[in-house]
This record gives sequence, C-alpha cells and structure tokens, in this order.
Amino acid sequence: MARYGPNEHDVLIVGGGGAGLRAAIAVAETNPKLSIAVVSKVYPMRSHTVSAEGGAAAVIKPDDSLDDHAYDTISGGDWLCDQDAVEAFVKEAPEEMIRLEHWGCPWSREENGSIAVRPFGGMKNKRTWFAADKTGFHMLHSMFQTTLKYDPIDRYDEYFVTSLLVDDGRCQGVVALELATGKIEPIAAKSVILCTGGCGKVFPFTTNANIKTGDGMAIAYRAGVPLKDMEFVQYHPTGLPFTGILITEAARAEGGRLLNKDGYRYLQDYDLGIPEDKPVLRSMELGPRDRLSQAFEKEKEKGRTLNGPYGEFVHLDIRHLGKEVIDEKIPFVRELCRKYENIDPVHEMIPVRPVVHYIMGGIHTDINGETLLDGLFAAGETACVSINGANRLGSNSLTELLVFGARAGRVAAEYASSQTSFGSRLEALATDEKKRIEKTFFNSSGNRSERVADLRKEMHNAMEQGAGIYRTETSLKSSGEILGELRERFKKISLEDKSYTFNTQFVSAMELSYMFDVAESIIESALQRTESRGSHQRTDFPERDDQNFLKHSLSYKTEQGSARVEYQPVTITRWPPGERKYGR
Amino acid sequence: METTITLQILRYIPEKDPDPFYQEYEVPIREEWVILDALNYIKDHIDGTLSYRWSCRMGVCGSCGMMVNEKPILTCETFLEKYMPGPVRIAPLNYFGVIRDLVVETDGFMEKVKRVKPWIIRDREKAPSEGEYLQTPEQLSEYKQYSMCINCMLCYSACPVVGLEPEFIGPAAIALAQRYNYDNRDEGENQRNDVLLADDGIYECTLVGECSEVCPKKVDPAGAIQRYKVQGATEWWTSVLLPFGKK
Repeated sequence: MARYGPNEHDVLIVGGGGAGLRAAIAVAETNPKLSIAVVSKVYPMRSHTVSAEGGAAAVIKPDDSLDDHAYDTISGGDWLCDQDAVEAFVKEAPEEMIRLEHWGCPWSREENGSIAVRPFGGMKNKRTWFAADKTGFHMLHSMFQTTLKYDPIDRYDEYFVTSLLVDDGRCQGVVALELATGKIEPIAAKSVILCTGGCGKVFPFTTNANIKTGDGMAIAYRAGVPLKDMEFVQYHPTGLPFTGILITEAARAEGGRLLNKDGYRYLQDYDLGIPEDKPVLRSMELGPRDRLSQAFEKEKEKGRTLNGPYGEFVHLDIRHLGKEVIDEKIPFVRELCRKYENIDPVHEMIPVRPVVHYIMGGIHTDINGETLLDGLFAAGETACVSINGANRLGSNSLTELLVFGARAGRVAAEYASSQTSFGSRLEALATDEKKRIEKTFFNSSGNRSERVADLRKEMHNAMEQGAGIYRTETSLKSSGEILGELRERFKKISLEDKSYTFNTQFVSAMELSYMFDVAESIIESALQRTESRGSHQRTDFPERDDQNFLKHSLSYKTEQGSARVEYQPVTITRWPPGERKYGR
Repeated sequence: METTITLQILRYIPEKDPDPFYQEYEVPIREEWVILDALNYIKDHIDGTLSYRWSCRMGVCGSCGMMVNEKPILTCETFLEKYMPGPVRIAPLNYFGVIRDLVVETDGFMEKVKRVKPWIIRDREKAPSEGEYLQTPEQLSEYKQYSMCINCMLCYSACPVVGLEPEFIGPAAIALAQRYNYDNRDEGENQRNDVLLADDGIYECTLVGECSEVCPKKVDPAGAIQRYKVQGATEWWTSVLLPFGKK
C-alpha cells in the first residue's frame, strides 16, 4: 500500500497473524496515543493462523479447573515448560477467549447459547473452544476486522523485513522492502514485537503455509538474540500423504480411530491405553501428538503401515461418526478430503501420516515477551516463553497467541512510552542494509550460478533425514555438514529476476537464508541434547535425563557457522517432574 | 512417457514490458497436482521470474485467485487434469489493476472491506468479566454462512457491475456487512446502512448472481444482497408509512 511521510512509530509489530493483531490491539488499548504499525509480508488475513482448525483451549466449564489445564500442559510438554508461564497462561486464557467472543468470533455454541467445548489430545477435560473446524480462520478474521476500528493501528501490507535496526544497544525498528515497488527503507519504532510465526518450511513435508520460513527467528538470531529449545519440532500425526494438509485432531476428539494396515488400533501397543468405542480423554487417539507420531514410526518399522505413492501411511477412520456429526463438527475435514484426496470420509477411511506442524522453540522471551535485546519483544509461534516445553498440546497454540500477544503488546507499549528519541545512526544503518541487499540480490556480478529452488530442496532432504521424528548423533552431524555446504553455495546465489516490482524470487532467496539460520539452530540444539524428551527423540539416548537436561537450550549465532548452545534452568513451581501417563 | 500440458500465462513486468503478453510453458501433468503446483513447477524448474501470490495451499488463506480459462478460481484447489488436453490460459483476476504478472492490486478491495465497519458495534460493551454474550446455534446460523468469506476476491472478478463501476462496494463487502448485521451481538446496522445505501452501494447490484456461482466457500453474496434489498425495501416503506412505528 502506498505510504506518505516518515516511517516512524511508537510500536512496530512484525507479522499480522493472531499474535501480531492481538498485540496491536493491546497496545492501542494500553495507550490510545501511541502510533502503532503492523508490517507483514502478506495481507494480515493471509497469515497462517488462518489454517488452524481444531480449537483453542481455555477453562470455562464448572467441571474443569486451571490446575488441570496447567497439569495437562506441563505433563504434555514433558516437564520442559516454565510453570510460572503456564500458570499465567491458563489463568488469563478464559478472559482472552471471552474478549475474542466480544469481538465477534463465531464460536460454536451449546443449545442455551453458551460457549461449547470439545475434547482434545492430551487434555483431561473438555476445554477446547471451537468454531466448527475453522477456528483459526474465524479468530484471525474476527481480530483483523476488529483492528480496523482502531485508528492508531497503521499497516505496511506486503513489506518484507530484511533486518532489525539496532542502535545504541536497543532495537529501534526494521529495514523492509516494499514488495510492490522494491523500495528498501527503514521503519523506525521505539519498540518492536516479532510475531512472524513458525518455520515449518525448513522441512519438506509440513502442514505449514509457504510463508512460514522462520523470518523473525532468523532476524533476531542475527542480532544476537538466542533461540530457545529449537530441537523441539512437532509432528502432527494426521496429515494427508501428498499435500501434508492437516486433518485436525478434532477428528479424533469426535471419535476418529487410527488403524494400521490390518485395521488394528495400533496405539494400544504403545502404552497409550486400551481401545474403547467412545473416545476417552488422555487415552489412545487422544494421547499427545509426539507419542502418536512416534507410534506411527514404530509401526512403520514393524511393516504394519500401508504403502502408497507418497510413502507409508495409516488410516484415520471417522465413518462411524456418521454424516450428521461430520458435517456439523468437522465439515472442513470432509471438504479437504473430498477436494484433495477425492474421497468422502463419510464412506471411506482417510490416509494419513505424520507431518511437521509446529515448533515449540523460538525466540527466547520471558513471561512478558521481552527478549534479551532492549526494545525487542516476541510472541506466538516465533517466540518461546515457554509454555509448550518439549511437546505442545493441541489447542494451546491459538490461546497462546492471545495471552502472550496481549502481554507483549502491553509491555512493549510501556517500553515505547519510556523512550524519548531515536538513535543517530538509524539512517546510516538502513543505507548500509539497502546496499547489502542490492549488492547481493539485484546488482550481483561475478561467477554466480546457484539457484534458490535447488538449495532449498537439498536443505529439505537434509532436515528430513537428519532431524526428523527420530535422530542420532550421526544423522544430525551429517545434516549439519550439508547445511554448512549449502550456506557456502548460497554465497553464489543468482537471481534470474532482477526486477524491483513484486520480485518473489528475491523473497524466496531471503527466506531461504533465514531458514538456513533456523535449521542450523535446530540441528545444533538437537545434537547437544543427548537425551529423549517429548518430540526430541534420540535413538542413541532413548531416556529422559532430568539430571542433565531439565533445562532450556539457548542457541546463539556465531561467526564460525554452527550455533553456540547454552542452557538455562526450567522454572518449576508446583509440579515436580514425573512420569507422563496416558491411558492408565 | 510423461504427459504434458501447455499453460499460457499472462506476463507483465512493468519495467520491461510495454504491454502484457501470453507466455507458453509446457509442464508435466500429475493427477495430484492443482494449478498452483504447476505454477510452482515453472517457478522452480523453468522460469524463476514468474510472480504470483500463494500461501496455505488448502483453500483458506485466499491468496491464489486467478482467471483460468476466463473463470476466476482458487488455483490451489483446482486440479490441472480437469483442463486436459489444454492449453490452459492463466491471467490475473479481472477488474483489478495488475502490479506484475499474476499479482493484482488489492488495496482498493481492502478499503471497501473497512468501509462497511466489519466489527461488532454496540452502545455498551460488556467487560470480559461479565462473560460471553449468549448466542444460540440458531442465532449463529443466521450469519454463519456470511462469516465464511476468505477475501479471495473471486466474486469481484466475476461481477459485471464491478467491471463497469469500479467504485461499486462489491459482493464480499456487502456479505461482510450482512455478517455483522445478522449477528445478534451487534447493534451497528444503521451505521452500515449509510454505507450500503450510498451511490456506490448495494443498489448498484443488478442481481446477476455470478458472485455466488464462483464463491469457493459458498458464502452466497448474491443471497445476502437479495435479502438486504427485500428487507431494505420493507424498512423504507415502514419508515414512510408508519412514522410513529418501530425505529
């Protein structure tokens, strides 16, 4: 969108998904005099929050309790969650969800008009609010439309951020390229909140949208901010085999069953309980995602999965739910299966396999979204507070966007109010950045022959082979070496497209460079965590090791290439580490 | 031998091309491929300069609408095989300015969305501590269909009125206004009426119904417009004939 006048704001939010929009509203409500801007590489309603399906957890029913929600979250996260953060999260969740209801979110309802809730994986009670099975879509659109009523919220739609502006030890904005014109310019702000989402695109097979390339993580990492717990990558157990399109956990919550090639409910062989006709909370198909995805891998080893053109798969069977329940509770599942698999789940079983879905790790923040760099905040999937520990429970991430988006917004507003001026070097820093971008991508010369698509494909292979559901020192080291080589080759990147008008090849090249940083951080953190916990499974170190690893990893960017990993203790308040029990 | 199909894609890079032109690409046909997969194949293997928007690849982010053989569709949910033996013509969405190749100008649409005040308007807003507004499943179903719009803008490209009168507020924005008007939590109908009844508002619509035909989410903007016109006419007569009645 065309812009006039100087790009100066009090609070700048990078990313217009759920966390970014919630943060923007929080700033506007904290101090209506502040100038706020949301800068995003896509129009906000295209953000990946839009794809979230199943629901958002918050205690609302009398038979539920905050302690239960906290315990489910902490045990689900294999005790790597910071318990003070989890306690704040479960306490603030209901109010945040009601706020969204007041903003028009079309939550599914009980007959009497109150909020309806459904069961979800790893949750002891029903506490997942839902808008049929397009929960993220409705949350995002409700929030985006609500931001339109706040005059102080300005937007930079389709601006691609290339770096943070850091002067005098504090973050004071970003440098961004306007996609429509190719204009590279500084956007100054007294505080900056990164809400850029996750990085599923470092893997080849993912539910994540094309835009999820870890941009915020990488630009923070490059500015010296550590990334926390990056070894914890969540595989969702039920993706469609070719596309990786997500079949929501709600399908299992409503009663869907996972069957191997013999039609056997194989989860019963993996300490997840005994099969019942009706879904049982915290049992079988309603176990946590890490355990279900790992069970699939074991079934595959035993030769009990089915073979298809896109690899091994199992069946998700929802036929017994009947057309009426499917159409009312999970209509999107039916729509997606019909459209993309050419099957009708009312009559046929759905082929599924585990698929990269979410990263528990992210930019290291405290309970208020503050990072170690003054003036820089983060919230949502791009951040790691951590409430998700070693494995996130389904339906906690949408709520996280609200609770921690709001917290980051409030604190960033206060921080901005306390700052009086901008550093003197901002213009010069932005000019240097502009020169770097132009030299690397637009006016490059010399012997350059590497292509974005080739390098990206090789990175995908390395990540899938080395850092998938099960990892070993050998697999991780080998992938780390390949990444190092790819980075070298990236120095010879050549764009066929030198246009300044909506150059999507430039965007892809920048995103690839961001993904290299994120991938490096994942590999190095995974290599150094010589234990198995939650989604991080080392076949060479199969046990959880609380003695040495009840702590968060913090990876820092170094000059040499591979990350430097440090550790910080996990905050334990009321739930000492214990055994994760499901189905018993 | 691999079967292929020819795509004829409208290209336009303003710094370079005086006018848009069709460029041909031959791509493999695979049964699981949607049109978008073929575009990505071109981008990765044949011509890295082709520009288009896409993101979710599951029909919900609304980015990848294009004209395919003269019809506005979402390229991520339309299979390539359907167009055998080809060729397939792919162009940017009708009635929007073209920034480059298949990328159209969106800010005008965004302004129309904002103009209908798509947020809950109330005289008095409840505090979160007072709990949720009650809304029965029946009340939800009053507006639910209109809340399913993904802002893909296909309906604008199908609408002959938008073609003639670019200022027309358009199907998606009207459906969005109705989404809030029919929500029992909302009291903002009068404010939205000011927008809908303006010169570029709802009465420009000639009820061709193309918008509902092309809508990938069955939002039925034409139905929303029809419902408004019937109701609007009734309310107008009520206000003229019964000045002391409800109002």
